[in-house]
Amino acid sequence: MTNVGALATKPLFGLPLAELWFALLFFIFGMFLFLDGFDFGVGVLFATRDDDHEKEQLLATVGPFWDGNEVWLVVFGGALFAAFPSVYANLFSRYYLLMFAILAALGLRGLAPEMYEEREDDHWRTLWGYSFIIGSTVTPFLLGLFVMNWLVGATGLITPVGVLGGVTVLVLTIVDGAAFLGLKTRGALRDEMRNYGTRAAVSYLGIAIITLGAIYATEPGLRSSFRSPTVVALVMLTATLTGIYVVALRRRRYYAAFAATATLVFGLVGLVATLLFPFVDRTAGLTVREAIISTLPLNLMSIMASVLLPIVLGYFVVLYSAFSGPVDTEETYG
Amino acid sequence: MVDPVLASRLQFALTTIVHIIFPVMSMGLAPFLIYFTWKEIRTKQPVYEQLRRFWTRIFAVSFVVGTVTGLVLEFEFGTNFAAFSTTAGELFGGPLALEGMMAFMLEATFLGIFVFGRDRVSDRLYFLSSIAVGLGTWLSAVWILIANSWMQTPRGFEIVVENGQRIVKLTDPLAAYLNPRFPYMFIHMQNAAVESVALFMAGVAAYYVFRHHVWGYPIEHIEVWEKTLKIALVVLLITAPLQVIQGDAYARHVYETQPLKFAAMEAVWETDSYVPEYIVAFPTDVNDLLNPRTKDLFGIGIPGGASWLASGGNPQATIRGLESFSTKAPPVAIVFWAFRIMVALGFWFILLAVWGAYRWWRGELFEDDLLHKALMASSLLGFVAVEVGWIVTEVGRQPWVIQGVMKTSASVSPNLTGAEATFTLFGFVTGYILLLGLYTYVVGRIIRAGPPSKDELTQSDAAHVRESKVTSGD
Repeated sequence: MTNVGALATKPLFGLPLAELWFALLFFIFGMFLFLDGFDFGVGVLFATRDDDHEKEQLLATVGPFWDGNEVWLVVFGGALFAAFPSVYANLFSRYYLLMFAILAALGLRGLAPEMYEEREDDHWRTLWGYSFIIGSTVTPFLLGLFVMNWLVGATGLITPVGVLGGVTVLVLTIVDGAAFLGLKTRGALRDEMRNYGTRAAVSYLGIAIITLGAIYATEPGLRSSFRSPTVVALVMLTATLTGIYVVALRRRRYYAAFAATATLVFGLVGLVATLLFPFVDRTAGLTVREAIISTLPLNLMSIMASVLLPIVLGYFVVLYSAFSGPVDTEETYG
Repeated sequence: MVDPVLASRLQFALTTIVHIIFPVMSMGLAPFLIYFTWKEIRTKQPVYEQLRRFWTRIFAVSFVVGTVTGLVLEFEFGTNFAAFSTTAGELFGGPLALEGMMAFMLEATFLGIFVFGRDRVSDRLYFLSSIAVGLGTWLSAVWILIANSWMQTPRGFEIVVENGQRIVKLTDPLAAYLNPRFPYMFIHMQNAAVESVALFMAGVAAYYVFRHHVWGYPIEHIEVWEKTLKIALVVLLITAPLQVIQGDAYARHVYETQPLKFAAMEAVWETDSYVPEYIVAFPTDVNDLLNPRTKDLFGIGIPGGASWLASGGNPQATIRGLESFSTKAPPVAIVFWAFRIMVALGFWFILLAVWGAYRWWRGELFEDDLLHKALMASSLLGFVAVEVGWIVTEVGRQPWVIQGVMKTSASVSPNLTGAEATFTLFGFVTGYILLLGLYTYVVGRIIRAGPPSKDELTQSDAAHVRESKVTSGD
């Protein structure tokens, strides 16, 4: 290791670390939204099932994965705290009640599948089934609301664009969940999920365009950003990928559809990041460079993250390959 | 309406008190699960598979509830303690981020394989998963305790003023992260977790052993419980004495680095030498009974005992009194009694371990009904010891959130209103009581259902879960 002296004064390899951490943060959020997104989507689609066996199957598809998926949110919180502590503090205390609503919804959703499997009687299962659906619906909605508030620098908790942002994210999780179920189920169940996925994708494109229009109309400060080539490219990418998703589902190309969802999620997250940049907290008027921690801890965090994140991605490869293919109907959540 | 500072403190206290139960369960169970998995693969004896499956279910439930409560804890630094987060974030945020990336990720992803993958992956990968899960739980503690111990003995930083705010700047990472308190805390915490779980296992096993051997109930797979009791006793015999010996060194370290906390632990008001070690102490005036800062104490103590312990052998050693500090002292009675409860429990656990070992040596381990009753009654006391231990650590350092650097009262989010804080506080009290009740209920059911029978071992884990539910009577 180089001596602490150099680490304390110069950014590692002269890289623009503040901007890189801003990008990394949204990458982590994107990983969370993509991976836990399909869990949420499965939870929403759980509402369409009456048959106990099908409900079990849906739970079994996410069983081994959701814990790991949700850790991306923990890492997002930690990374925001580590790299932009003032933003972490401002943002979470400004949207105080919203944060607690998110935590409550997330808690309900985390407990529900585990509890559902603990007892077999109808009353208990109905209760935790509803908890699963409510948690899976409310969490992405509130997350969308939160991110939109963050983006436009809202001072209140509930804004019209915020609500639109919430619906956008919620619909996106259904797109994600349907594609995932295309990989994990078979037969009539899978066909039905295909139809839900198609409808969700078309709705997603519509609601995303309405949301963008609403931001453009109500946030004059963001208008100039709309003309940036990145934003235009991301909007076009979203439209194209929605098309690809629908076609892939129709042709039963489930891997292609699932890959398209991943790109859709990262497209949306990229769009938010591009519109927010160079600010990282618009309400407080903090740019990325103003809010970043000092050079020494930033360098250390960068070294750690560049080693750890590829390893973490490796864990996910091991996990997902161990449980690849459709769920065995004999195998349920345990 | 509760004052936002008080409400935030109560809320954080409640969150940590509830949350710590689940990591203790995970960290303590992890080495046992690794051992069971290893024995299961190596010996192919069904009893180890039964043990592994049974305790994994409890691990999985604890992990889920731990995730839910831990996420709240992480976000509360931002929501309720924004001033602290802004000031100390540069130093404090890093360990939290690394906990997520290095430890929690490892634990959560491999838990998926460990819980669901016995039939899907090779023995080797399965065993590695058990190690990965265990390593994850322990690495979590490394990073969390690095963050916490830095608050107790802060090193390796300087304070600068930026935009009118005092900011902690990291100058020496090794000094900051490997600060003097860290090794004491880490050993004490990890040993406490294993000890607590060993007590819990011994209590559960004693219940079945007692019902079978003493009361004559027919119990399926009694050999599972006999084995559990023996393993738990062996672990207890190692961890219980270690905890007290290491705790003594830890207390001496507190005397050297946090004299205010040490004075509160011993309720020493005036600086003095030849300070007695009080076994118990009460206010002489009944009106002061609920006053945590009461002074006029009636106590029964060992002359020179506290001085002797603090200095490591000199009964004449001076202990600095609470009155000599410029800051208002912590609530002394809480710290004093929490410390006494912890120490008393520590000795009780040694006694239990020795008692059990003696009976085992005499070949009477399954006959001594008094021992079984004592073990059952003590099954949750390890967790009580952990709670009061943390109360000593956290209440004892008040009024500081970062010792000598930042006061707790200055660390709360400046824009937080009393209404918001009160609302979430009541939400928490309700939610956490429900959550604890639910957890107790579910773990109770798992224990009553017991391990899978040998016939069920050929089935998948999931099928076993269904089976055990049916047999448990729903």
